Amino acid sequence: MSRDSQYRFDVLVVGGGPAGIAAAVRAAECGVRVGIVDDNATLGGQIWRAGSAEGDKKEAAGWRRRLRPAGVTTVCGKRIFHQSEPGVLLAEGADDLIELSYRSLVLATGARERFLPFPGWTLPNVMGAGGLQAMVKSGLPIRNQRVVVAGTGPLLLAVAAYLRSHGAEIPVICEQASWSSLARFGAALISRPEKIVQALQLKKDLAGVRLVANCWPLAAHGQESLDSVTLSRDGKPESIQCDYLACGFHLVPNIELPILLGCQIRGGYVEVDDFQETTAQGIFCAGEPTSIGGVDLSLIEGQIAGLAATGSTGEARKLFRARRKARRFATILERTFGLRRELKSLPSPETVVCRCEDVPHSRLQRHTSWRAAKLQTRCGMGPCQGRVCGPATQFLFQWNPASVRPPVFPVRVESLAGFPDVMEPEHTVGTGGTA
Amino acid sequence: MPSQVTLTVNGSTVEVPAGATVAVAVAMAGQACRISTSGEPRGPLCGMGICFECRATINGNAHCRSCQILCEPGMEVETDE
Repeated sequence: MSRDSQYRFDVLVVGGGPAGIAAAVRAAECGVRVGIVDDNATLGGQIWRAGSAEGDKKEAAGWRRRLRPAGVTTVCGKRIFHQSEPGVLLAEGADDLIELSYRSLVLATGARERFLPFPGWTLPNVMGAGGLQAMVKSGLPIRNQRVVVAGTGPLLLAVAAYLRSHGAEIPVICEQASWSSLARFGAALISRPEKIVQALQLKKDLAGVRLVANCWPLAAHGQESLDSVTLSRDGKPESIQCDYLACGFHLVPNIELPILLGCQIRGGYVEVDDFQETTAQGIFCAGEPTSIGGVDLSLIEGQIAGLAATGSTGEARKLFRARRKARRFATILERTFGLRRELKSLPSPETVVCRCEDVPHSRLQRHTSWRAAKLQTRCGMGPCQGRVCGPATQFLFQWNPASVRPPVFPVRVESLAGFPDVMEPEHTVGTGGTA
Repeated sequence: MPSQVTLTVNGSTVEVPAGATVAVAVAMAGQACRISTSGEPRGPLCGMGICFECRATINGNAHCRSCQILCEPGMEVETDE
């Protein structure tokens, strides 16, 4: 199939969240041709999606304002699915196919929520915590709806505060981490004044809302839709009625495209050097794919990557110190919100683990690897390509969903026609660690 | 720009705020987005184009991720029923 449009850039940035915007701005301000491509309708990524918190808005607006004067070309609503030749990526839109070529590439593909299966988690109105927030930001009315927020990670508090400010009733926030790890998390924030300000604001926004540690969902109940949730609270079941369950277990990086492009993965993240360059020459990576560190780290890494991609290494170096400091926060996050073992026993034998193919837990248990399970049960073979069940089975069974093949997202047949190389063998993750 | 957009979900008219995604319109119409391979109703999970639970037929195009597509006046959305 012919390409509807062709774009040529010196630096192409994939992903329009904070890391991608920062990379694009800094690169373009060096005077080169820069493009930024994102699969959503507008830039901002998840955290700067329209309608986010006031503070974020100001910071986001500051960065966005620099895009146009710097001459950045924005390409939204297009999802990259294939590399047709080195330096050329193909992306599909709602009804077109485009080609993007580059000299240097910055991957700022962000993160997604980790979902864990439990009985009832497939009911409509059981969503990710970030998932429900995204829906509300996209117009879903939430006023007077009762929302239980559960799972793990700082996102839970931010989501609860956001939903409440839009009129939702939040009967409880359930955090699976223990009080002692939350206390250590709090203590570690003392070295980060800006985080304390955020925390105090959250505390104000969430005044009167019950936050419970050592607590997680055991089951969601309802016929066609959700009626109630059973929680495990200090080891005892507690039932609570609600209209929505917003449940996510922290974040996992989106590393499928980096893997497809041959970037080495180490410990589950994209391996980068001091200048955010991956092991694939000329391909840089910034933000959550290199470690889950939040918006501050993403902005710094994005800038370093954008500058380094244009050869401005001196400017990039000036940000190394700030990055070291921000990375400490990433380490604290990982320590605080690690998953407790009890969550592995949440699924019952009938609980669907792979939602695309409706593969229950009982059928997966007997397999010893992700690959064997895929071949024999179709787990991970549906349209999400294991993006949901992969991280879940990694936690439940210690499987490594370690290969990616093009197209990296499902596409229309006509987008594939003429690209026999899309059918080439799997790209396997490099052996740089426990990918 | 008008503040509301009118479209149809499974033939019924739905009015949504301008800027709303199709997934929101489906939810406001009280519909599930799809029926799973074993017959369960499903709605959006991730809200960001990853999970594919929100896919629906939009203006005749099947398998669209409704959480990433904005509503347009007169759009025709079909879900599995």
